Amino acid sequence: MPVPILKQRDYLIASIQAALNDEDLKKLREALVAQVGEFRSRGVIVDITALDVVDSFAVRTLRDLAHMSRLRGAETVIVGIQPEVAFAMVQLGLTLEGVAAALDLEEGLTYLDRKTKERARTK
Amino acid sequence: MEGGARALAEETVVPIRVDSDIVAARQQGRALASRVGFSSGEATLIATAISELSRNIVLYAKRGEIVVAAVENGSRRGVVVVARDEGPGISDVRRATAGGYSTSGGLGLGLAGVRRLMDEFEIVTDVGIGTTVTAKKWKQ
Repeated sequence: MPVPILKQRDYLIASIQAALNDEDLKKLREALVAQVGEFRSRGVIVDITALDVVDSFAVRTLRDLAHMSRLRGAETVIVGIQPEVAFAMVQLGLTLEGVAAALDLEEGLTYLDRKTKERARTK
Repeated sequence: MEGGARALAEETVVPIRVDSDIVAARQQGRALASRVGFSSGEATLIATAISELSRNIVLYAKRGEIVVAAVENGSRRGVVVVARDEGPGISDVRRATAGGYSTSGGLGLGLAGVRRLMDEFEIVTDVGIGTTVTAKKWKQ
């Protein structure tokens, strides 16, 4: 099932609607990395509120996505990790190492605004 | 079933071949865990363990199956997950279940992680014959 990607200001917002298989996750990663260039986006938000299981593959794909986007000039923030999903991730020893996470979409936008402002200032 | 644990009638077998089967297996596991009376948080742990186990099958053995069943031991109720394949087997089980070990370019957290997510964990593996992982979680 394809994940809808919305463009809002300088940001791309991907809201995952249902459980994704590995192929769907890889497609999402490719689409976001491509669209960062297409729309000259500065930030990417991936909303995973609807994911009830985040396993090692999902974590690795999200981390790769964030690192690839950063190489293309966009910051990524993962939002909406549910409490029980967070617990399972910790038990599994999975971390989003080097990838920002925020509570929800609103917090994610705030984070990106701050990040992109910082970057503009240091230019 | 060892240790006096008894499998109940309800049992679901999910054949594992492609990555979309991983999603099917963990959804079946979650549904069963809820029926047995596990909380949503515990069902998430079980579903995540199933996801890692079925991923190992797709990655290493190409095909196999996940069986989820309700179990009971005296007054305790729980869920057993059996991941079975006829793949290459694991030559160094101790290392594979110690964490941080992987030969497939994955994260290598699979088996050690599953052990932490579940209450009981058992692995039988023979090189060239296959691997069976049996993991149980009991209701608190």
